[in-house]
Amino acid sequence: MAKMNMLHAINSALDITMNEHPQACIFGEDVGYFGGVFRATSGLQEKYGKHRVFNTPLTEQGILGFANGLAAFGAPALAEIQFADYIFPAFDQIVNEAAKFRYRSGNEFNVGNLTIRTPYGGGIAGGLYHSQSPEAYFAHTPGLKVVVPRNPYQAKGLLRASIKDDNPVIFFEPKRLYRASTGEVPEEDYSIELGTAEVVQEGTDITLLAWGAQMEIIEDAAKQASEQGISCEVIDLRSILPWDVETIAKSVIKTGRLIVSHEAPITNGFGAEIAATIQQECFLHLESPILRVCGLDTPYPLALEKEYVPDALKVLAAIKQSMDF
Amino acid sequence: MSNPNNVSLNINHDLEFIDGNALNIPTLSILTEDGDIHPSANAPDISKHTALKLYETMRFIRLLDERMQGAQRQGRVSFYMQCLGEEAAVTASAAALDQDDMIMAQYREQAALHYRGFTLDQFMNQMFSNELDLGKGRQMPIHYGSKALNYMTISSPLGTQIPQATGYAYGQKIKHIDAKTGELASTIDNVTICYFGEGAASEGDFHAGLNMAAVHRAPVIFFARNNGYAISTPADEQFKGDGIASRGVGYGIKTIRVDGTDALAVYAATKKAREIASTQGEPVLIESIAYRLGAHSTSDDPSGYRSKDEEANHQTCPIDKFRKWLVKQDWLNEDDDIKAKESIREEILAALKRAEVVAKPALEELVSDVYDTPIPLLQRQYEQLKEHIKQHPDAYPITAGRIK
Repeated sequence: MAKMNMLHAINSALDITMNEHPQACIFGEDVGYFGGVFRATSGLQEKYGKHRVFNTPLTEQGILGFANGLAAFGAPALAEIQFADYIFPAFDQIVNEAAKFRYRSGNEFNVGNLTIRTPYGGGIAGGLYHSQSPEAYFAHTPGLKVVVPRNPYQAKGLLRASIKDDNPVIFFEPKRLYRASTGEVPEEDYSIELGTAEVVQEGTDITLLAWGAQMEIIEDAAKQASEQGISCEVIDLRSILPWDVETIAKSVIKTGRLIVSHEAPITNGFGAEIAATIQQECFLHLESPILRVCGLDTPYPLALEKEYVPDALKVLAAIKQSMDF
Repeated sequence: MSNPNNVSLNINHDLEFIDGNALNIPTLSILTEDGDIHPSANAPDISKHTALKLYETMRFIRLLDERMQGAQRQGRVSFYMQCLGEEAAVTASAAALDQDDMIMAQYREQAALHYRGFTLDQFMNQMFSNELDLGKGRQMPIHYGSKALNYMTISSPLGTQIPQATGYAYGQKIKHIDAKTGELASTIDNVTICYFGEGAASEGDFHAGLNMAAVHRAPVIFFARNNGYAISTPADEQFKGDGIASRGVGYGIKTIRVDGTDALAVYAATKKAREIASTQGEPVLIESIAYRLGAHSTSDDPSGYRSKDEEANHQTCPIDKFRKWLVKQDWLNEDDDIKAKESIREEILAALKRAEVVAKPALEELVSDVYDTPIPLLQRQYEQLKEHIKQHPDAYPITAGRIK
């Protein structure tokens, strides 16, 4: 075990992959000698060569087109999109190509070797275009897997699982936690199974569900609630697609209450899908309506970020509203 | 170039602009309309076996196209796209490759696939989306693909295969790169060819794909089929530069323009392009000039967007031109050719009749291959669907009788 921040943990997962497969490539804007604007790929070009860790021209659709081709060839394609806000020029290559590669060819070809890493989320004074959480767009696309880690241990294990998974995976990295989140991480290889949620704190009164950077917000709210005598069960969804209905439903059947929280705008955010499914699975066990504590239906703001974000205070207010229903 | 801007700094003290069409791009032509070698041209080294295979492929595709156009009009298949006028461009370029080179096509390149060995029954099974289709009946007619024949499955969105070809070709190159120097250490055994139309070259993916291929030195042959039309939009409403070839120079890619109705010119250019890609480890752009003799697809009628006069002035048949050369070489007997066409027509009709009665894919193919294994929520939807169909079998006659 070693103390690592999330960037170290991601770098370690990439390092293991590059060492494991002689044709694996890491590419994206500024990921080469510089090691990426957040330094997630630091030192890897030096170690594995310019032909396997390299800067691309500034073209997100090109990065993903190239990645689809490389993955179809059979090499692990580790593509970085510098900010999730800039993934949209690559939307066609992800949604119409990567996601449908296996299905449309009758499994003659696939891009299971593709992993897309991209930093997402707010909290860095990034405004509209360095703060978005676009996971719901991709969760609407059969054929993709969507994964979000909450801390360094999770980041390494989930990234390794994403790389080894034989389907295209989008791995959203909570950039606010890149350096802020530290913890003990094994130096050796390990994986965390995709599609499984994790109960990080057991409780009896209400279930709180989030993923990625929002986990520390709901954990904070749970702590404050417990001081007021409310026992919260806290769950990290970890995989948005496919998502672990069973673990969430089991918890809600026990607690009778559910709050889902994400930074992305509330309307058609992934919380909507969870609420719809869980009310169907747990209808007779629900003590109160499922609540969502999310971003407003606005672009991500700058000066008024504090007002916009679903902070612990807003989550706590929702906990009380649910308990008092 | 050794400056931070990566440009040639030819300092000039006169204020002058370079003309937008400053390049005077030549078009390689080897065969005359009469099937002779132009006096100043050199015929490529092509064996009798290859030349005949090339011809037979073009002949077959023309007959298949004629029959399937008719089949669509009869309502037997939903959709079809002919290759009329571009048979030489597609077939001769495919003939210049190795069998294991990857082909990433747009949609009108059925001749390249047939050249590789895709059978008549395989074509038919795909077009009738029956259970024998390699694509499991999921895509519209003509979206062929075959792993065994190194022919990437066709995708309808235009131009998406262009940056993919760059990535695929880069993969083919990796093992030939010396890890210490980063230089090419050996001849690349297999390369990629990427076909697209002059219309698709307006997509962002074209720019992304060519620029990345140049920057990362991917061994890919970009083959632009400039046939004058993107559905109804003529090339002069698509771009103002000198064709697609002029752009290759902009990306720093070796480029050639060829007469796409001239099988020998296309063959010679593609052979050379393959040699450059595999030995130099860099991309090449070929722009083929031909005229789309038919409609874009069975869904449009060219009389609505181009004149009879224009069509009459562009009737060069690439197959005929090559056939005349073969006859002059004494490699083809015209009587045998006529007899062969008759028997191919019969074979096509018989295969069509066989494929249209083959069962559609089983219900499980609705949910297979979305992922490597079905995810739990999809598995649950599948079980619910099966129950529903069992309760209403008459409404779902294709699958009701075969549900496990």
